[in-house]
Amino acid sequence: MKNIIKISIGFLMVMIAFTSCNNGNSSQSNGALSSSAAEKVYVAPGEHDEFYAFVSGGFSGQLAVYGLPSGRLFKVIPVFSVDAEKAWGFNEETKPMLNTSHGFIPWDDSHHPDISQTNGELDGRWVFINGNNTPRIAKIDLTTFETTEIIEIPNTAGNHSSSYVTDNTEYVIAGTRFSVPVPQRDMSIKEYKGNFKGTLSFIKVDPEDGGMEIKFQLLMPGFDYDKAHPGRGKSHGWFFYTTYNTEEAHTLLEVNASQNDKDFIAAVNWKKIEEYVNNGGGKMMPTNYAHNVYDDKTHSATSTMIKEVLMVDPAEVPGAVYFLPTPKSPHGCDVDPTGEYIVGSGKLSANVTVHSFTKMLDAIENEKFAGKAYGIPILNFEDVLAGSVEQPGLGPLHTEFDGKGNAYTTFFISSEVVKWKLGTWEVLDRKPTYYSVGHLMIPGGNSQKPFGKYLLAMNKITKDRYLPTGPEVTQSAQLYDITGDKMELLLDFPTVGEPHYAAGIPADLIKSKSKKLFNLEENEHPYAAKTPSETKVVRTGNEVHIYMTMIRSHFAPDNIEGVKVGDKVYFHVTNLEQDYDVPHGVAMIGAQTSELLIMPGQTETFVWYPKQVGVWPFYCTDFCSALHQEMQGYVRVSPKSSNIELSWSLGED
Amino acid sequence: MKTLKTLSLFFALLIFSCGSEETKKESSKVKLKPTEKKVEAKTTTTKASETIDLTNKGVGPISTLELPETIDQAMATQGAEIYKKMCTACHKADKKFIGPAPKGIMERRTPEWIMNIILDPEGMVKNDHLAKALLIEFNGSPMANQNLTQEEARAVLEYFRTL
Repeated sequence: MKNIIKISIGFLMVMIAFTSCNNGNSSQSNGALSSSAAEKVYVAPGEHDEFYAFVSGGFSGQLAVYGLPSGRLFKVIPVFSVDAEKAWGFNEETKPMLNTSHGFIPWDDSHHPDISQTNGELDGRWVFINGNNTPRIAKIDLTTFETTEIIEIPNTAGNHSSSYVTDNTEYVIAGTRFSVPVPQRDMSIKEYKGNFKGTLSFIKVDPEDGGMEIKFQLLMPGFDYDKAHPGRGKSHGWFFYTTYNTEEAHTLLEVNASQNDKDFIAAVNWKKIEEYVNNGGGKMMPTNYAHNVYDDKTHSATSTMIKEVLMVDPAEVPGAVYFLPTPKSPHGCDVDPTGEYIVGSGKLSANVTVHSFTKMLDAIENEKFAGKAYGIPILNFEDVLAGSVEQPGLGPLHTEFDGKGNAYTTFFISSEVVKWKLGTWEVLDRKPTYYSVGHLMIPGGNSQKPFGKYLLAMNKITKDRYLPTGPEVTQSAQLYDITGDKMELLLDFPTVGEPHYAAGIPADLIKSKSKKLFNLEENEHPYAAKTPSETKVVRTGNEVHIYMTMIRSHFAPDNIEGVKVGDKVYFHVTNLEQDYDVPHGVAMIGAQTSELLIMPGQTETFVWYPKQVGVWPFYCTDFCSALHQEMQGYVRVSPKSSNIELSWSLGED
Repeated sequence: MKTLKTLSLFFALLIFSCGSEETKKESSKVKLKPTEKKVEAKTTTTKASETIDLTNKGVGPISTLELPETIDQAMATQGAEIYKKMCTACHKADKKFIGPAPKGIMERRTPEWIMNIILDPEGMVKNDHLAKALLIEFNGSPMANQNLTQEEARAVLEYFRTL
């Protein structure tokens, strides 16, 4: 009897142990999230996430790096907008990165990141992202997670159908959303129709260093080029662009650009045009755009203005461009991993339209044209249609793929993600999003090899999903598990700026290549002081250059005299550390710029205009050691008329 | 009684399977620390920078290093160059600066200890009582790991022999 009681107690305890161990397995759960969902996104302290997600910052102009499945934010990479935290656009070295034909532009609207590929698979070398407002494409190096190149796109406005890469990153492309006069000129807006043009730009990427160069621009009719995707596998060599406003309206587009029953997907055979161009085709056209490159050795950027671009008229390259009629202002333009299906989501259409690449080639071969638009052949809708997903939801926008024959489309108006089958077009599952989802991302989901484990939905509206923060509430993304037959919502997490598109990649493909520091030996900055013996202060007229070093925990020199009111003082500061994760910061009282945050082995420069006589301190802004608070120095500022000689020292009485 | 034992075993297994990862890590850490700390309890009043200890090899990648009789001048010259680039922000050859002067260090420390403090200062401060005492003597100013290769550290050591 006693034993039985003991055993019962024992069992009771076993039950408790089980319950405390794993709530999810024991019958019911409370609330929307079952504990198994919580476990799926739980990354224990000190552990690493399985995927990186590069999420566009939208109107912040930046690119944010998150871990999946945890949704933890690791870094906001400054791209098109100045960032005082990292001195991006504030220090002398990075200012040229934001130079354009309109001068220094401190902001942009970043939209669609895409990771470089080799053989149609993610290779994790670079991420490209477009600036929408002042048209630019940026390249981020995935060893430093820093923007190393920005190229301006001329003859373009609203650089939206960008920045997607071909199977071997031969090209990253950019396309104009707003057609404009090409070249720009003073003319009546009312004369839009037939006179405004849209350009599609092909930017060649150097396979070795990723260097970008505009190979050619395609001068297209004055439609709005909305989204784009390259052909994959069998359709490699083609690019597809959705268009709207084939009505060529110039005002009240909300109504006037929604008149046609069908707009087009433009199919561009870029290999054919490349051949044409390589054989001397196209016309050089005068223009003006900036090409900005950051060098990891000089730790500095240069900006070069380029004065011409090669323009190609599609009418002069027969067989290069075709129009595929697609219902109702298609937005998303997505190609499945085999390259056979081109999904065009007519945002005002009830159905999702899928074109067949094979049928397209067949229609072209048999010259089954419905007509021409500005000399470009239009194919028959029925001839190229593979099928359509009937009434899956309202407001279809974007589609990604899991590599298992399934497609996932977002629906903005009905706020949901719908899973459907390629080939049968049947709807398999649907899950709500909160709310009004725009893009979605499956790591590798636009390549030949998707990693179909998670789906990230990026929402336009969050309303009540988080604690309120006044009229402006957080932007947000939602993570779904897509390994089962049914999708499962796992997590909401806030994002930086409006998340448009994102690019995801298994962490193992890049984390081992992440740079830990810059080699001091290789520092070629013209103002670097690589040893304390190279520190000095030099005056040229009213310009004073301070060659300074920093190491835990002092500046050399830390006492400077002989600076005068009216001088322009350059602090060129080199971090002598050669250890992982030991950056130092520096800031000067009254300097009308940001701090510098200098990585080991790096040199950065800020400018200070001393305006008042006195002795003014500077200090380290990044807590670096137990003696961080002691990492400080003084500059004596004398009147303009003073004849005190420049002097500098460290550790002298 | 037998039943009880079986049950306890069952519980033990349960707990283990519940958080085995955590338990393993913790226990391995617990074991390591005291053994390292207990090496020697110092009660002397001599400054760490003046303490002579020619047996302690320190803790780090170098466990044995035999120095040849004669100094390799070419290596010492190379070491002087590396020292100038990588070390002079905190060390002056013959007087105390941020850190102690390397002059005379060969009379106070084993070659292994010198190599280890250059190659893994963080590990040394954690695991070697002399390195820890030095950190305290020098106001808690940590020695920076300048990521020298073993070859480079060896050259710096050869330079120290010439001081």
